[in-house]
Amino acid sequence: MSKHSFVRKEMVSEQTPPLLSVGLFGWLKVNLFSSWLNTLLTAAALAFIIYVLSGVLPWTFQSTWNAASLTECREIAKATWGQTHGHACWAVINDRWVQLLFGFYPSHLYWRPILALVVLIAALAPVLFTEAPRHLLYLAVGYPFLMPWLMWGGSLWVSISVAFGFVLGYIVLKYLTKVIGQLPSIILAVFAAFIWWSFFGLGFSDILSSVLPLSLEAVTSRSFGGFMLALLIGVIAIGCSLPIGIILALARQSDLLIVKAISVGFIEFIRGVPLITLLFVASTLLNIFLPPGSDFDIILRVIIMVTLFASAYMAEVIRGGLASLPRGQYEGADSLGLDYWQAQRLIIMPQALKVSIPGIVSTFIGVFKDTTLVSIIGLMDPLGLSQGIRANAEWQGIYWELFAFIAFLFFIVCFSMSRYSMYLERKLQTDHH
Amino acid sequence: MTTLTDPHKASFKPSMLIYDTRYRSMTIQIFVLIAFIIFVFWLINNTVTNLVDLGKPVEFRFLSEAASYDINQRLIDYNSRDSHLRASFVGLLNTLVVAFLGCITATFLGVLIGVGRLSKNWLIAKIMAFYVETFRNVPVLLWILLAMAIMIESLPAPKAFRGENATATMYMSDSIAFTNRGIYVPEPLFSNPIGDVSLLGTSSFRFDVSLDLIAILVIFLTGIYVSGRIKKWAERIQNDTGKRPKTWHLRVIAIIVPTALLLWFLGFYMGYAELKGFNFKGGTHLRNSLIALWLALSLYTAAFIAEIVRAGILAVSSGQSEAAASLGLRSGRIMSLVILPQALRVIVPPLISNYLNLTKNSSLAIAVGYMDITGTLGGITLNQTGRELECILMLMLVYLIISLSISAVMNWYNNSVKLVER
Repeated sequence: MSKHSFVRKEMVSEQTPPLLSVGLFGWLKVNLFSSWLNTLLTAAALAFIIYVLSGVLPWTFQSTWNAASLTECREIAKATWGQTHGHACWAVINDRWVQLLFGFYPSHLYWRPILALVVLIAALAPVLFTEAPRHLLYLAVGYPFLMPWLMWGGSLWVSISVAFGFVLGYIVLKYLTKVIGQLPSIILAVFAAFIWWSFFGLGFSDILSSVLPLSLEAVTSRSFGGFMLALLIGVIAIGCSLPIGIILALARQSDLLIVKAISVGFIEFIRGVPLITLLFVASTLLNIFLPPGSDFDIILRVIIMVTLFASAYMAEVIRGGLASLPRGQYEGADSLGLDYWQAQRLIIMPQALKVSIPGIVSTFIGVFKDTTLVSIIGLMDPLGLSQGIRANAEWQGIYWELFAFIAFLFFIVCFSMSRYSMYLERKLQTDHH
Repeated sequence: MTTLTDPHKASFKPSMLIYDTRYRSMTIQIFVLIAFIIFVFWLINNTVTNLVDLGKPVEFRFLSEAASYDINQRLIDYNSRDSHLRASFVGLLNTLVVAFLGCITATFLGVLIGVGRLSKNWLIAKIMAFYVETFRNVPVLLWILLAMAIMIESLPAPKAFRGENATATMYMSDSIAFTNRGIYVPEPLFSNPIGDVSLLGTSSFRFDVSLDLIAILVIFLTGIYVSGRIKKWAERIQNDTGKRPKTWHLRVIAIIVPTALLLWFLGFYMGYAELKGFNFKGGTHLRNSLIALWLALSLYTAAFIAEIVRAGILAVSSGQSEAAASLGLRSGRIMSLVILPQALRVIVPPLISNYLNLTKNSSLAIAVGYMDITGTLGGITLNQTGRELECILMLMLVYLIISLSISAVMNWYNNSVKLVER
């Protein structure tokens, strides 16, 4: 070893990191002040936030909650803060929030939509979260028949009669499949259900209603409104569009030329026109397409059109999921000897649906937001009601408070849906990242 | 030892139509086709019966009757004595105008916000995320109505601009006025114009084309083409000699000078809006409804485009930019030669489908009274003539044509950028 070499004999003791690179300061330096450009951007963003908040915060919180009219609100604001503008008048929400939620639904019957919502949440819980008790699933099966009874009233036997048609079809399918094979029994099952609905359903419910009238006070569709209406249309359209969408997507992917052509034609037509034109069809044309004299409810017509609209988009999302599966999955299913529906149910759909969760949920969100369009054809959804409220002498000229409240309601529902889809994606993730 | 024998040739039995997979698909298709035809006939039969009962058989003669309503925002000449077809054409052009303007601003904002959301600056990223979540989760109709309310309620009336102690002022040295009746912007005018040319004579689809505008466009595009040639020339020299001649000044001159000369020759000047009486006169008047619709659609669609742009940039793995850097490319070239071509492949298809959504959402114009095709053909014309079936079918057809042409463009693009695989 030459005498010029230097070898350190003892280790240098551990040093604390520089103050500016750890903790709060470190975070600030990395994320906000890493370069002069970044510092400039931070300053601009801060200035922007302060500017916006200095307008919005006083408006939101230095506000009036109790007043009978906008004029009174302005007087209170002038007396308290010395100016009429720049202060929210939440009194309109205080005055009309019930109407914005329920429309003109009879007030002594509010328990019914509320109960329908509670049962919906209970029925959805086992579908959405695996932790929820499984026997609630029976509620999910019964819900489509229970909900219309709660909302529209009338006799429970009508719902039961409709449900019995499905049960009949199911029984036929189950017992005939072994005897005459799958395809004829499906056709017979559908046929049996239709026969029941067309010829026996009404008589059945009439007779039983006269024996035991399990009926609620009927509510006409004209009194439906507010956020309840948006939820009603949204929930039904979302619930029906998923199965219809799956069928359409399968039809579009199938080898059967005619089935495929019909499906493609339907999907491309619906996706090519704006929803508002379909709503015009619902409000003016649908009765012309149906047998003379049939005149059914505007809300039902709107729900049908919104459901068709949503199904076409859903079909495309699910088709994307189907297309993303490697061919091996189909071939694997074939080699196991599964028939078409078994392969779809056990192998293809679970994977395809998992891949398409983000798309499915964003379609749900889109449909729910699009329910506001019904205000254009004169239904009283929150936006339609807000125009009605503004037409009153007391609340003439009130805009921002109503818009803020409605936007808040929609934001909560849509935002929670998108968060739920992220949770679901994380939960179902099986590959390793 | 087993011997292979010819498969047993079974005679055809009717039950094979159901149980034999070779024939079953045929059976299903025939059943579906019959059901479909019966369904369509049922619909048509109902429609015909109902229309006869109502006493209005399907006919399109109403299209040539006088519309007798006004359209205040329009691109081509129109008055209330013109036909319903003419009114619909004006409406169609209005739809295309707002869709075009909306797509441009939405793309610009969307790219800005999408890139901002990926910013290393925490505050900027959070603001952009907040923007996206707010705009995506609230219905577009609400944004349109809100924009309209802002235009009407918070902007000053034209009279506020008047007098010694005016409470409102025009912006950009008295050229732009924001009023509650709309926005007034300067109008390009020519003191010695070439003139207009009328196309399609006296039909309902007649329109004027400004020759000045065409001349300017032709000269400008030629300038850009020449500039492109200069760039090619510079590249060739670079490839031959390794040195790239400085050409940027030549390229700028090639674009600007001919266009400027032409403008000077045509006597180009700006016609400013001026307050006369109770209202502004002159300039171009963009009405509230157009501005509100344009603004709301752009802001709303920008939130979706931002997410697409973000996803597209994230889809290019960081190894790509590192590899480009190791080849010695500068950061600008890395972006334009390596990142963007790959990101665009991911970005463009959903971007175009968002353009399509914007175009379809522009039908909400009817909520603020902007006279697009839905407001004219599906709104006033429908209500005045009572021809629901004809009007709505035509309306759907127009939107279908627009949608299918946009899809065709998208398919063409997808095929042109498809990865060539062996």
